[in-house]
Amino acid sequence: MEPILQVKDLKKYFNTPKGLLHAVDGVTFNIDKGETLGVVGESGCGKSTLGRVILHLLESTDGQIIYEGEDITKINKDKFRELRNEMQIIFQDPFSSLNPRMTVSEIIREPIIIHKTIKDKKEIEKKVSSLMDTVGLAERLANTYPHELDGGRRQRIGIARALALNPSFIVCDEPVSALDVSIQAQVLNLMQDLQKELNLTYMFITHDLSVVKHISNDILVMYLGQLVEKSDAKDLFKNPLHPYTKALLSAIPVPSLKHKRERVLLKGELTSPINPKPGCRFAQRCVYAKENCHHDNPVIEEVLPGHFVSCHYVREINNLK
Amino acid sequence: MSNEFLNIKNLHIHYVTEEGTVKAVNGVNMEINKGETLGLVGETGAGKTTTALGILRLVPNPPGKIIDGEIFLEGQSILELPEDEMRMIRGNKVSMIFQDPMTALNPVMTVGEQISEVIEIHEKLSNKEAFEKAKKMLELVGIPGARAVDYPHQFSGGMKQRVVIAIALACNPGLLIADEPTTALDVTIQAQVLELMNNLKNEFNTAMLLITHDLGVVAEVCDKVAIMYAGEIVEYSKIEDLFENPSHPYTRGLFGSIPNLDEEVDRLKPIKGLMPDPTNLPSGCKFHPRCPHATEYCKENHPEDTEIAPEHKVKCHIYTGQVKPKGEI
Repeated sequence: MEPILQVKDLKKYFNTPKGLLHAVDGVTFNIDKGETLGVVGESGCGKSTLGRVILHLLESTDGQIIYEGEDITKINKDKFRELRNEMQIIFQDPFSSLNPRMTVSEIIREPIIIHKTIKDKKEIEKKVSSLMDTVGLAERLANTYPHELDGGRRQRIGIARALALNPSFIVCDEPVSALDVSIQAQVLNLMQDLQKELNLTYMFITHDLSVVKHISNDILVMYLGQLVEKSDAKDLFKNPLHPYTKALLSAIPVPSLKHKRERVLLKGELTSPINPKPGCRFAQRCVYAKENCHHDNPVIEEVLPGHFVSCHYVREINNLK
Repeated sequence: MSNEFLNIKNLHIHYVTEEGTVKAVNGVNMEINKGETLGLVGETGAGKTTTALGILRLVPNPPGKIIDGEIFLEGQSILELPEDEMRMIRGNKVSMIFQDPMTALNPVMTVGEQISEVIEIHEKLSNKEAFEKAKKMLELVGIPGARAVDYPHQFSGGMKQRVVIAIALACNPGLLIADEPTTALDVTIQAQVLELMNNLKNEFNTAMLLITHDLGVVAEVCDKVAIMYAGEIVEYSKIEDLFENPSHPYTRGLFGSIPNLDEEVDRLKPIKGLMPDPTNLPSGCKFHPRCPHATEYCKENHPEDTEIAPEHKVKCHIYTGQVKPKGEI
């Protein structure tokens, strides 16, 4: 299948008073059309920055972004506008990402007005009400303000707004993290239905591993700006190869008494991504780390078919040839 | 002597506002024995935090008010105690860990001062002795004692939560109330903090009330579980019973909403609808508008606890025989 998005060695550094912060540091991946790529990692691992760089909400420092075969790493304003019809984002917090002084229908209408995709007023209204219908917002809510609605409904507005320009690619930045579980399940189901119906491609950023497993085809695991493991979702959960992924997966509390797993408890916490020293960034917390892990950079390689890992000792640890 | 530490009977807490009375807690009963952990599970607005604040008598008044009920700590009724005696209980006999470690600490005091503050209030120790004890508490939660002179902003989220735990445990409380203690933390840090809390609880034989919305966390640390919905405990049981035989339709719905790591499901089975407006709770069973099994009977009659197995109580008309479930529960 044709990849809709190719990202090659993408980097985003921020200048901070303390030095250069390597938020995204050499990330490479593809997403196929109609699929969902999950991006997981803990706070500060650069997953949100990655999503924003791809959408040009932040400019990349280095690397290449190719969308539908076209290099979009450096683009001008016109192209940027054009891309907005194709690529959209759903934000994490449905409380702060909606303008409190606009009604629901105004919020959903805004992108259509800005991009002039539909000119006729009646047609716009039709489109807005069909969008509201698509995401399961009742017609009567059209003139309410966001503060009158609960989190789940607000997130539906965010989804409707993202769909207003008929995009094919949507970055979902923790879209369900702020919601209660019963509402979270409703929104996840909606997103899956929309994907099938409209053939959408999602990049699904989250820290919630059970959600990511449920919704993704492929998963990227990030640690301090770098890709540590990339694989098919089922495969990753069945057979995590990188020591960080192993620890991350074993740390998830499972709502079941039968499946008590062996827990790999990590020592310490994330180190700072400012002016990182050479070597594997996970080495300080890794139980398998040897001398060379602290000064040689590991390279990402295909250890098993379709399963990429960045670790010097991945074969030894997992008893692979 | 009984082993019971906390006993709550028929607790009702309301918030009286201009827009109406919010019935936050409606007839909650619970008991926690020494060394035992009770998980209080529910969604936003279910009344979990209000219940906890009620135990400490910290419900903001006005608008909040404990309308009815009794709370006993080691057999002593605390709702009638004068405020200065209550103050000696807080932080000493009962202490609380708040959800957000970022805002629970005072930014202009060193963490050592914040820990020794509790110790000085409740124990007759000098400044210096209290500070020494504070250092020991820090070490207990896995932070080097030398960092007692640092300020909260110099710590990461996980370490701040450890400091909060150190403050809560400084006077060796009999009951620890933990309100979503790991929600703001990353999973690997959450695992560390849960492990720490488990170890400390066993070491000091502390009773714990763990408020959470995460059934995974419950499975890890709790002995008993209370599922709360719209201010009521709808299911109350030992942890084994809850996970093997979740009985209330709401509890079932919660389990159906969580993506399962060990099984493949194409679609989640969410609970339809939304949490009810607490100023205008439904009549009869408060879950009936969202319940797939609800009948006319549920609309009119409020269900009472039915004991379906020893120590397994459910508030649902299915178990009183008044309502036939539609298909599988």
